[in-house]
Amino acid sequence: MPASDATDGYLTAYARALGIGVHAVEDGTPVMTVGFSTVVEGRPGAFHGGATSGLLETAGYAALRARLEREGRWPQFKPINITVQFLSAGKNKPTFASARITRLGRRIANVSVEAWQDDRSRPIATAVMNILMAEKRG
Amino acid sequence: MSDPLPPFDPQQAASFFFSHGHSGWLGLRYSSHGANWVELELPWREDLLGEEDRHVLASGPIISLLDMASGMSIWTARKVFTPIATLDLRVDYQRPARERGAVLGRVECYRFTRSAAFVRGIAHDGDAADPVATMAGVFMTITKDPRLAGQ
Repeated sequence: MPASDATDGYLTAYARALGIGVHAVEDGTPVMTVGFSTVVEGRPGAFHGGATSGLLETAGYAALRARLEREGRWPQFKPINITVQFLSAGKNKPTFASARITRLGRRIANVSVEAWQDDRSRPIATAVMNILMAEKRG
Repeated sequence: MSDPLPPFDPQQAASFFFSHGHSGWLGLRYSSHGANWVELELPWREDLLGEEDRHVLASGPIISLLDMASGMSIWTARKVFTPIATLDLRVDYQRPARERGAVLGRVECYRFTRSAAFVRGIAHDGDAADPVATMAGVFMTITKDPRLAGQ
């Protein structure tokens, strides 16, 4: 599903180069997706852990951006850290990811992200991210 | 148990690993290695930016760089290539990478057991004493072949 102009803003140059797109928007939270290709391949026929991490991170930023937009905030994001748990191999099929803002503060957001393939209740990887929000002006 | 294969050579393996797939797309290059560590280079690329208005590398490729250097440090420390899977990877970002600069990922495998390997490392852009990021990870060995289980 092609990303609309409104949701394309959730994608960095890196995310677009990796082939990540917006699959859907659920209750204001974007669900990101990436198809399987050589660009994301690690072991033959499986996702590279780095590519899976890139999808998780992109979904985390997108969910946070969407939430902040609703609150009228437009900060610059600075990553503090990310912890990724790899639960099972990402096979050669489309992968999806969606995030939940666990806590949104004035300066720090704590975000948890899940990635899945066929069955959303069986995630292939999860991540927790701490993101620093720096106000661009003022 | 005798092992007829020569020990794993990260410099040699790099030419194969980085010729295709995600690592090839990123353009990863071998930089240097020691008995239990490997350093790889992620060259600057315009289309890997993480922000609209700044020429700063996204954090995603840095995770890929460190993940790849982790695997290669494990095979270097074990002296043999065995299938492994990333279990857990943590990256702390200290500062943005230099604009339009390459990033180096140096990871050491400081301990391995039959089933697990523990790694730690940094990403830096020229000065290892001033890292861009610090990482720690745990990898699991996939031992399908019972003959490899004793290693």
